[in-house]
Amino acid sequence: MNPTKQIVSGLARRQRAEKRFRLYGLTAVVLGMAFLLLLFGSIVANGYKAFTQTYIELPIYFDPAVIDPSGERDHQTLFSADYWKLVKTAMYQKFPQVSGRKERRELARMVSEGSAYELRDQVLENLRLIGTTQHVWLAADDDIDMLMKGYIDRNLPEDERRLNDRVIGYVDSMREADAIERRFNTTFFAAGDSREPEQAGILGALMGSFLALIVTLLLSFPIGVAAAVYLEEFAPRNRFIDLIEININNLAAVPSIIFGLLGLAIFINWFGMPRSTPVVGGLVLGLMTLPTIIIASRVSIQSVPPSIKEAALGVGASRMQAMFHHVLPIATPGMLTGTIIGMARALGETAPLLMIGMVAFIVDPPGGFTEPATALPVQIFLWSDSPERGFTERTSAAILVLLAFLIAMNAAAVYLREKVTKRF
Amino acid sequence: MNTTETLAIPIPEQLDPPAITGKVDLDLTTVGDFTVPDPRMKIRDVNVFYGQKQAIYDVSLDIGSNAVVAMIGPSGCGKTTLLRCLNRMNDTIDGCRVEGRVEMDGKNVYGRKMDPVLLRARVGMVFQKPNPFPKSIFDNVAYGPRIHGLVRDRTDLEEVVHTSLERAGLLDEVKDRMDQPGTGLSGGQQQRLCIARAIAVSPEVILMDEPCSALDPIATARIEELIGELRKNFSIAIVTHSMQQAARVSQRTAYFHLGYLVEVGSTKDIFTTPKHQLTEEYITGRFG
Repeated sequence: MNPTKQIVSGLARRQRAEKRFRLYGLTAVVLGMAFLLLLFGSIVANGYKAFTQTYIELPIYFDPAVIDPSGERDHQTLFSADYWKLVKTAMYQKFPQVSGRKERRELARMVSEGSAYELRDQVLENLRLIGTTQHVWLAADDDIDMLMKGYIDRNLPEDERRLNDRVIGYVDSMREADAIERRFNTTFFAAGDSREPEQAGILGALMGSFLALIVTLLLSFPIGVAAAVYLEEFAPRNRFIDLIEININNLAAVPSIIFGLLGLAIFINWFGMPRSTPVVGGLVLGLMTLPTIIIASRVSIQSVPPSIKEAALGVGASRMQAMFHHVLPIATPGMLTGTIIGMARALGETAPLLMIGMVAFIVDPPGGFTEPATALPVQIFLWSDSPERGFTERTSAAILVLLAFLIAMNAAAVYLREKVTKRF
Repeated sequence: MNTTETLAIPIPEQLDPPAITGKVDLDLTTVGDFTVPDPRMKIRDVNVFYGQKQAIYDVSLDIGSNAVVAMIGPSGCGKTTLLRCLNRMNDTIDGCRVEGRVEMDGKNVYGRKMDPVLLRARVGMVFQKPNPFPKSIFDNVAYGPRIHGLVRDRTDLEEVVHTSLERAGLLDEVKDRMDQPGTGLSGGQQQRLCIARAIAVSPEVILMDEPCSALDPIATARIEELIGELRKNFSIAIVTHSMQQAARVSQRTAYFHLGYLVEVGSTKDIFTTPKHQLTEEYITGRFG
């Protein structure tokens, strides 16, 4: 038997093996994509309805006798007036046939309790409203919202659902009169947290995350890049530096909650910084991101061909000039990619923020770095703990917003890697 | 099918055994005069170590003014290492240690007072693989003069760049696209750009580390011609694997073997009447 025949006889087997291997790979990719689609699909299916909200149209009479009995337009009086009474009155007029204390209470409860504050804000903004009747769209209670979105099964026995037949009857009659409808949920993007799902929004959490990420970036990017440059270019090769390198690599693998404990012990208990604030959250996330950025920056510095550095040194550039004029510009896209991926990780991080108190219930969006705040992933965590059906869909909607930010950040990283990288 | 029939080249019955004489037993002290009358740089009793491993043993050699000295020898003989000692490029290699004395105009290159930045401005280098910066052709050449502050204004700088490119024989090819990236040139053009970059800072010595090994014969001929031109103004040390190249471009040749400088002398003598057995074996192509 000659060599060629031997090769030919084995060829079919080798081709089969290769085909099989390719099939394994394809299966893995398809499975991965399927799980991803399933995950995204379920989140989207749960969450997309939270971007709309049910509103009820009410002719509100801004009764001077209720909100401004003295007629002085005093700010304090107007601020603390009983606007809920206006809502109740409007609802009773809409359904004059309803009588009885319990029934009337049910009727008023169809409108969100937060509506009173909205009416207050409208009045304080425009005092001329007092004494007039306006048609106002007010957010419905979350149970009504759920009914409108089809989450409440009308076929269940009355005592097993959250709304009784009477209330469903009111909703249906309003629906016929076009006095109730679903609209885009601006509250979700414009409000802070609330106990009432229909009043709850992610603005506070978004602001908190944004402020914390600014602190994270300011802390970890300069320090990370400087550390990477020093370790790559200037550090002497000795055991001490080796030890530092090993520790940086270890830090990258430390569970994030440990960083939270560290932040609690150092920043809050020792330095006495205020708890629940973006500045502390940002510092903790910055420490957590630091090793990631150092490692990514070192890798991208290493990936610059040494010939470029040699060329610079060869014409008499100092080591710093070679680094800053030639190596860093080429390494920058890689560094930025690492930084953005590190920041994306920081954005999605929950555990360390729990330790430093950013898990608190905070209604007002933070206005600065030292004001109490929460963060987007923590907000998701908080809402996922709430029993109301309205919060379940808001949890998914908040996850969608978080995912949108993460995808945008990662896309920016990919863009930087592809477009800004200098070819050589 | 009979495989022996398909072979086009007949295999001789028996190969002559390579006539390599016992390398280790031979005396490796330098044969020939390593000094020149008016040296630009002097290497004296230099030993170089990479960690525990010694790469250069007691090498002494002069780099003459306005002359080309070629360093030849088999791979791993230490010629590149020695070349990089001359402008302290070995400093960048971890664990590299240089003992002995390298002098430039009587000053110790490895002395405390010697700034490697100044040294490398005076001793330029052209590398094995063309390594232009990923910047424009103009900026490649202008970089050296800029960082050393050799030019007062833009007009000055443009003149330096033009002169350097002209001396490197590249000006005609690139004058219309000075703002194009240097990395877009052909290999030979890139290497000439690197030479232009090196001479833009007006060095006194130019070190060339196998400058043609990545180039085709035409580009190689172009560079060799250029080296002949540059010799009028600069002192040149060139490491090469090609003996023909050494014979064509250099006036003196140094033959290295396993870290020893085995023989040095005028190029003509080395290639016609080598004195050392190893040199003879190498240049006649019996090993390498």
